[in-house]
Amino acid sequence: MKTITFTVNGQKYTREVEEHKTLLRFLREDISLTGTKEGCGAGECGACTVLLNSKPVNACLVLAVEIDGKEVITIEGIAQDGKLSPLQEAFERHHAIQCGFCTPGMIISAHSLLQRNPNPKREDIQEAIEGNFCRCTGYLQIIEAIEDAAEQLKPKKSKKR
Amino acid sequence: MFENIDPKELKYVGKGLKRIDGIEKATGDALYVSDMFLHGMLHAKVKASPFASARIKKIDTSRAEKLPGVRAILTGADLNYRVGLYIVDKYILAKDIVRHQGEAVAAVAADTEEIAKAAVDLIEVEYEELEPVLDPLKAIQTDAPLVHPDLGKYSYVEAAFTPVPGTNIANHTKLRKGDIEKGFKEADYIFEREYSNPSVQHVPMETHVSIAQWQAGDKITIWSSAQSPFTVRNLFCYSFGISHKNVRVIVPYVGGGFGGKAGIALEPLVACLSKKAGGKPVKLQATREEEFNLLACRSALVYKIKTGVKKDGKIIAQRMEMFWDSGAYADYAVNVTRASGYSAAGPYEIPNAWLDAYTIYTNKVYGTAYRGFGHVEFFWGLERHMDYIADKLKIDPLKFRLINTLKPGSRTITGELIHENSGNVSKCLETVAKAINYGVKTKEEEKREKQNKTIISKAVCALHKAPAMPPFTGTVVIIKMNEDGSVIANLALTDYGAGTYTSIAQIIAEQLRIPFEKVKIAFECDTDRDPYDWQTVASKGLMLSGNAAILACKDMLEKMYDMAAQILRANPCDLRHNDEKVYIVHDPHKFVRYREMAVGYAYSNGNGIGGPLVGVGRYTACGLTNLDKETGQGNPALDWTYGAHGVVIEIDPETGEFSVIHSASAFDAGKVINAAAARGQCVGGFIQGLGTAICEGYIYNSKGQLMNPSFTDNKIPTAKDIPEKMEVFFVETPQLDGPYGARGIGEHSMISVAPAIGNALKNALGIELLRMPIRSEDVWRELSKKRKAK
Repeated sequence: MKTITFTVNGQKYTREVEEHKTLLRFLREDISLTGTKEGCGAGECGACTVLLNSKPVNACLVLAVEIDGKEVITIEGIAQDGKLSPLQEAFERHHAIQCGFCTPGMIISAHSLLQRNPNPKREDIQEAIEGNFCRCTGYLQIIEAIEDAAEQLKPKKSKKR
Repeated sequence: MFENIDPKELKYVGKGLKRIDGIEKATGDALYVSDMFLHGMLHAKVKASPFASARIKKIDTSRAEKLPGVRAILTGADLNYRVGLYIVDKYILAKDIVRHQGEAVAAVAADTEEIAKAAVDLIEVEYEELEPVLDPLKAIQTDAPLVHPDLGKYSYVEAAFTPVPGTNIANHTKLRKGDIEKGFKEADYIFEREYSNPSVQHVPMETHVSIAQWQAGDKITIWSSAQSPFTVRNLFCYSFGISHKNVRVIVPYVGGGFGGKAGIALEPLVACLSKKAGGKPVKLQATREEEFNLLACRSALVYKIKTGVKKDGKIIAQRMEMFWDSGAYADYAVNVTRASGYSAAGPYEIPNAWLDAYTIYTNKVYGTAYRGFGHVEFFWGLERHMDYIADKLKIDPLKFRLINTLKPGSRTITGELIHENSGNVSKCLETVAKAINYGVKTKEEEKREKQNKTIISKAVCALHKAPAMPPFTGTVVIIKMNEDGSVIANLALTDYGAGTYTSIAQIIAEQLRIPFEKVKIAFECDTDRDPYDWQTVASKGLMLSGNAAILACKDMLEKMYDMAAQILRANPCDLRHNDEKVYIVHDPHKFVRYREMAVGYAYSNGNGIGGPLVGVGRYTACGLTNLDKETGQGNPALDWTYGAHGVVIEIDPETGEFSVIHSASAFDAGKVINAAAARGQCVGGFIQGLGTAICEGYIYNSKGQLMNPSFTDNKIPTAKDIPEKMEVFFVETPQLDGPYGARGIGEHSMISVAPAIGNALKNALGIELLRMPIRSEDVWRELSKKRKAK
């Protein structure tokens, strides 16, 4: 067991954790944040994507002890005060969601892209979500949602989340 | 029920409204079974067979039993229950014999997943390895070892299936129409070829998961990532001989299914573990590897087609043989065989047809339903065959198809009459052909070829499918009105992604004339609370449950009209409804609001009438029949949804690499209820079809062990693999018994993607690929062969 201190979605935590526990299981089991999903447990499908110090990572490939002193953002940290972010709204509007199981990881990857690059080209979007498998949508409406969100976010330069 | 309403008068039906489940899915709030944790819950793991075929000589669980935290261990010896959808042929845990690699031979429930895993590793199994039966064409021969020597003793659905005891044939479907010999005699040419495809994994993003609790008095609750809660309950009760009232199945949000979660899977095992553990809830979630080889896949197929044609391009006779590799158990594969059998000629008129379709047991992962239910597989061969014939006849492949398509007055191979409202496949073909500039190369395409040193090639393919379901399939929708005039609908059709609930909410809002936002479809299905639905499969959900929703609205309106007639002292026939009010038609300012009647109407003195408002709608398929077992004749189809794909592909003739750069798909949806959801089904299905076409498939070694049960070795399409341009079109020939004229479209988009690509490759390079998937290296190999031959 090791004691770690970290931030998840702006909340500070100090917890004891087994050294071998993955960040994915830690978030789901110890912090009760089940929005982050497990699709393969091998870093291939992206369903468990979270932001670690603002960088998207597969939470199944990160050990919980590695987040000591760091900041994690999960899907639960994207909506604010019960209100969807413009990106989430775009996903809803564009039917970029079907079964919804890849959606949290997909939104995290897209959110991260828009933070890095507010004017992504279609190829940039495809690149950014390439590691997020979606078996339902065929990706097109997801890409359109991200394009729309980028457009929505443009004039409101100051309104960064 | 088609009501001939001017689309302009429809407020919600036909509009691309937001999904009703969008918010909880976009925020991660939606709770799936994999997210659920119950008080005192144990975690389960299974011990899998490393061999495809073996005799279990001994299982020693003594070391595992001693591990602290282990609460229950089961082996096949403990469980004398068989489970099966159509043929009851599978033990919950392998008993004496294992029939495929990955089959569970023992299971453990423990305090934690780690302990369960450690315990499974401590279980020692002694096997006697047997020679596996792997090739279905060998397995069908009379001297082949039997996968199920007891086939003759199994119970099965006799109205639909014909197992052949003493062989590996789990089912033999026959179809005879016209006079096949005479047809071939009259033909000017006969063309014969064989096409094949491997097993494929559905890849739902959420792997199969169940939680079960078997409490005293045989009271059982199951939470499952299942498509069909009532079918889970029914099959469960049949296997254990327990009353349906004792078993409650709850299905919350489900992370994709595509047919793989249609039947019963982990539920019986998890329930037995719970019983053994004294009634504690037990959870079992398949690993991604187990999703490939503990759970079921899509069956492999070998399809032999022999076609007789006249010089003018009219098909006159066709003999079809299907060899479905069911793997170790029959599951849905026998019904895939039946349904693809009666559909096997595609949307074409064949006056003389003969079909033998076999479901064949082998020692491989067993086959189940998968989006398209056999049609993705056999259309690969059929639509490649259509181009092959057209090429030989020197008729344009599109023209050849249009000569033979089913038209009003045509009869299908089961003898069903096609009429004006059956849908229009020719129009679908013409639509996609126009969209891709079929038959010509545009200036930009020529420029692109020069620039990229590539070849651009095109093809169009047709498709059709009807729901495969019992002829008497029925469903119920119940609508309840709340105090504020909003409504909640209960139904046991699940929405595991397709968006059907949103479409049904639109139908309810339209019928009741209330704002769309005031309609809720209860998302968690619960067999104790919800009325019956057979299964969520076959693209039948919108049509059957949509009709039931209309009837439930009409029932509720009738009750409201009765109440309003009293309140307003009017004849019910003089009443109308709109804007959440029932009013007198010739005096609209005399009205009563829905919310005043929602829980019964109260007069100012306190007198009450009516009671809380509930609407019940029951709908059942009508006019469908079992098929004659000798001739296959009858009426199996609730509706036929026709469609077509056109593809433009770009090929590097040096390396064989290719990609689809433009796709156009058209479906005769009858009436599109939600345009955005419908487009989502079509785009998503096309990309799933693309995966099947170019990269997916099970690879076995010579011992029947699956070599690629992971995303590393079994790729699925990513966002980078989609065509630069994807277009979706809808033809709307109303289905007269569909809700607002609608038909199902959920599966169809996946069908005939592969042959369109195969045909485009043939058109460009002259290579004839007859096996799916078509990987770039397969193209390169064919090109190399051609180069060497020169």
